[in-house]
Amino acid sequence: MSHGFQFDPARFLSSRLGHGGLLGTSYRAHGADWAELELPYDERLIGNVDTGVIASGPILSLMDMATSVGVWLRANAFVAHATLDLRVDYLRPATPGKTVIGRGECYRLTRSIAFVLGQAHDGDPDDPLAHVAGTFMAPDGYPR
Amino acid sequence: MIDRLPPYAQLLGLTAERDGDGAPVLVMPFGNDVLGRPGFLHGGAISGLMEMAAIVALHDALEGEGGGEIKPINVTVDFMRGGRDKTTRSRGIVTRLGTRVANVEATAWQDDPAKPIAAARMNYLIVRR
Repeated sequence: MSHGFQFDPARFLSSRLGHGGLLGTSYRAHGADWAELELPYDERLIGNVDTGVIASGPILSLMDMATSVGVWLRANAFVAHATLDLRVDYLRPATPGKTVIGRGECYRLTRSIAFVLGQAHDGDPDDPLAHVAGTFMAPDGYPR
Repeated sequence: MIDRLPPYAQLLGLTAERDGDGAPVLVMPFGNDVLGRPGFLHGGAISGLMEMAAIVALHDALEGEGGGEIKPINVTVDFMRGGRDKTTRSRGIVTRLGTRVANVEATAWQDDPAKPIAAARMNYLIVRR
């Protein structure tokens, strides 16, 4: 990476193209190795019409994006990578009407693999609705 | 259930068909709405498709036993190949249907079911009627 490069997650996430644009995910905050995204409640995301609870898929998508951005922040580089695996524990249903906030963190970066953790909540970080763990792989490697 | 998929399934553009064995298969068209990096499907959209295929399969299996409410406990997704500019299909397989818990697997493929682009394993809590 060239000297002085700064990966800008807010700018990256401002794109309304693709699946993130469809779901309505947007940037919220970030740090050196983590990013927080938000997913506003939307009736189009409902998975259970009887309860109005959104499907699990949009939460997985949100956490995939949040952890992916966490990796780019830790690497301070926007490199091509792909999710290798992602596990999501659905601790409780998301509350209908509330925005879901997803935080993804890269806690270890090797030459080709990034290890990530994340949590999602809908207002109170101490009352999470999902925990995730996963890995990403960069075919051309992450900068060290 | 395949006659009335929930709003999220409609958002992904999913339609349902049945394979030669009568098992439900969900079909997701390629398009900007399910795009991740340029030219490839978003992992979240592939996962959403597989989770929906798993729920449809479980719903089908439960119907034969009087039905019930399905609550997701967890999912583990493996991404094996990039999803290209093609139609994607997914089928769920209920590996065990217990009284309270169901174990379900799902794969997603494009041309060849034997070459999946992703696979998922889910546990569901079942509240029987």
